[in-house]
Amino acid sequence: MKRLALALALLLLATVPYWIGNSYYINVATQMLIYAVLALGLNVLVGYAGLVTLGHAGLFGIAAYAGATLINTGYGHIVVAIGALMATLAATAMFAVLALRGTGLGFVMITVALGQIVWGVAYRWISLTNGDNGISISARPSPFGLSLASADAFYWATLVVFLIAVAAMAIFVASPFGAAVRGTRDQPRRMTALGYNVWLTRFLAFLFSGFWSGVAGLLYLYYNQFVSPQTVALSSSAEALLMVIAGGTATLLGPIAGAVLVIIMKYIASAYIERWNFVLGAIFVVIVIFMPEGLVPGSVRLWHWTIGLLRPQATPVLRRESGR
Amino acid sequence: MTLWLILSVNSVTLGGLLFLLSAGFSLIFGLMRIPNLTHGSMFMLGAYLGVTCIAWGFGFWTAALLAGLGVALFGAVIERFVLRRLIGAELAQVLVTLGLSFMVADACLMQWGGDPISVETPPLLRGSTAMFGLAFPTFRLAIIVIAGVIAAALWLLLDRTRLGAMIRAAVDDPAMARVVGIRVSHLFTIVFALGAGLAGFAGVIGGPILSVYPGLDQDMLPLALVVVILGGTGRLLGSLVGSFVVGFLYNFGQAMFPELAYVILFLPMLIVLVVRPQGLFGRVTL
Repeated sequence: MKRLALALALLLLATVPYWIGNSYYINVATQMLIYAVLALGLNVLVGYAGLVTLGHAGLFGIAAYAGATLINTGYGHIVVAIGALMATLAATAMFAVLALRGTGLGFVMITVALGQIVWGVAYRWISLTNGDNGISISARPSPFGLSLASADAFYWATLVVFLIAVAAMAIFVASPFGAAVRGTRDQPRRMTALGYNVWLTRFLAFLFSGFWSGVAGLLYLYYNQFVSPQTVALSSSAEALLMVIAGGTATLLGPIAGAVLVIIMKYIASAYIERWNFVLGAIFVVIVIFMPEGLVPGSVRLWHWTIGLLRPQATPVLRRESGR
Repeated sequence: MTLWLILSVNSVTLGGLLFLLSAGFSLIFGLMRIPNLTHGSMFMLGAYLGVTCIAWGFGFWTAALLAGLGVALFGAVIERFVLRRLIGAELAQVLVTLGLSFMVADACLMQWGGDPISVETPPLLRGSTAMFGLAFPTFRLAIIVIAGVIAAALWLLLDRTRLGAMIRAAVDDPAMARVVGIRVSHLFTIVFALGAGLAGFAGVIGGPILSVYPGLDQDMLPLALVVVILGGTGRLLGSLVGSFVVGFLYNFGQAMFPELAYVILFLPMLIVLVVRPQGLFGRVTL
């Protein structure tokens, strides 16, 4: 039953370009997958490690900026991918070392500040980032001779990366490391008593999360062929966080559903009104006040019941008090 | 030499404005344990309200007071009807303030448009004052004086009045403060409104220097964050010192390394985080 549903979902995802047809909507689907990868990465930190960050768009953006710079310097796609991800990992390590100095609210404040530094560099350090004008790349790279120029081809390439990300998350959740990360979220002191290095566990979770944010950032660059300070703005971090929260934190499929939901809302909102930021803010307020466990948990519970693939956690992240 | 002096005056001016902004932020964080992410929006909202009041024919200072009161009221409403519902869920409160800040920013954009609006310097304070054989813009000196007066008033309020003693008690030990009969939830509303009002007031008097534009909130919020991380929370002295450090770094950084000014601004914050995470004068660890 579980395998059948999985196979059906895979088949459905793989054939999206055939039954949608219109390249505009295929591109929307591609964006959903890209943001789903970002949300999956963010969920490691927000959901499983219980560390809410508002600086993740910075990591996402660093990958995009590094990739764009390397492409424009003339490197091939393999160097670009490795270089951009290494840059992201280095930045993530720095973020983690600094942010993990604080816990709970201190952590949130430090990540906001770090995210704003990245924004400041993107906006003001014009010789490096071209300031407000952003950096464009002339074309998508063709890894291993495959052209990604068409909407269909890029969708499939993104889908492959997305599936790898989902598989990596599934392995992470089931692994002893995943259990340790959840342990540091719920009972940090007990974990220390058991001999776990809480700091190191959180640090590694941060790196894992940053890596997938970097992957998403690179996909974002290839998709848009453009990156600008808007990519790393606080509202982008908030959007990513909304995806995770709306879908239900610390679930495998929650962030994916959240990403799909937020992108749909964004497209609908921007089709009828020009006020996406207002809507984003309002959704935040409404979800936090009225549905702290996320928009999707109801259906998540149903899925859990039928498929048994999901692992909802006991405490929704928003209602958990930070250690005082 | 002249350049250094002028830069220094500008730095102290910005430091004064930042103090008005971050004193409230720091008190709110110290008392309620909320990094109030709407604080930049309060500053911007105050500035826009001030612009409207001036357009209605009020004088500059009346407009600044009215805008400050308006924003204080707005803050009280947010505290009483939104944050109060979420007491105990600190993370939810942060996210609500973030959501509200987007709503305020977009509402301001809708109401006042996307073009920067410049605020006229009040007539009495135009021109310059001669000091030490140099001419300084009078308005900037006035801001320094106002910030000094408000700092002194806040210190008197916190250190010499009954209300201040209650606030200090609640910052240090909220549970014990409740036990001895202090209505801590009332203090929440008062402090939140006070902080918001100061930010709104600062927005108006900063108007002639910074002008008012969409994104002003996003420019000011990180500065307030840096001040508070640097100086520590819940303490006036921390905000004061932090504000001036940030004011100097920002102005001198922009004059000497224009592209890197923003990064330089955050360096001391990073150093403080590594060496002394509770901030230079912090009472409450982050």
